[in-house]
Amino acid sequence: MTVRVQASDFDVSRELAALRAGDRRVGAVAVFIGTVRDINDEATIAALTLEHYPGMTEKALVAIVDEAKARWDILDALVIHRVGELVPADQIVLVAVTSAHRGEAFAACEFIMDYLKTRAPFWKKEATPDGVRWVDARASDDDAAARWNAAPGTKT
Amino acid sequence: MRDAPVDTLTLVYLARLRDAFGAATERVVLPPEVTTAAQLRAWLAARGGSFATELAAGRAVRIAVNHDIAQPDTPVRPGDEVALLPPVTGG
Repeated sequence: MTVRVQASDFDVSRELAALRAGDRRVGAVAVFIGTVRDINDEATIAALTLEHYPGMTEKALVAIVDEAKARWDILDALVIHRVGELVPADQIVLVAVTSAHRGEAFAACEFIMDYLKTRAPFWKKEATPDGVRWVDARASDDDAAARWNAAPGTKT
Repeated sequence: MRDAPVDTLTLVYLARLRDAFGAATERVVLPPEVTTAAQLRAWLAARGGSFATELAAGRAVRIAVNHDIAQPDTPVRPGDEVALLPPVTGG
């Protein structure tokens, strides 16, 4: 398992190659990449500043990946989240999961992302034409995370 | 943060709360009656001003004690690092 919080961009191809390097058990790699949109809540976004809480954020990400490993038969997982100033079209976050079969990889990848959105200490500040504003949390993200309580993983 | 004097507790204010309180960290000496996360929150809110506004009952603020999310009855002690976190918005 690898969890990284970094200011620099990431190379998806290289990260995926490293994640499954030489592991012949892998039959599926599920990947999510989050990127910066140019519109949020009807405002034009010029730039986004991502902040985290060093130490706690990494610990929270490890706990989320551990939870995914407990729920599904996955082989490995990678989470990279960027911090600092980003602009539209930049990559923000990468979640990649390997498993023998696609069902486990898809589910674990989505679970990690839903929990990251609601539990990992990151905060976004947006620069819009009207000034700078902290982004509000979304109820839809809470709903997305909550559905995993009702639908436990397939691991038995 | 680990070099804090033993009689003080380090407060960490993150994101919007750092802007509202005008500081990223602060060291405080707790009065004897403040021993839990909920009591610490109420003690800070009693300062008034932006502390009262941001930490009013019902405002979504989470507290982390030494990097773990706290419950209202989680103990807080001198030497701890206690962070006040607005709702998270990563990803």
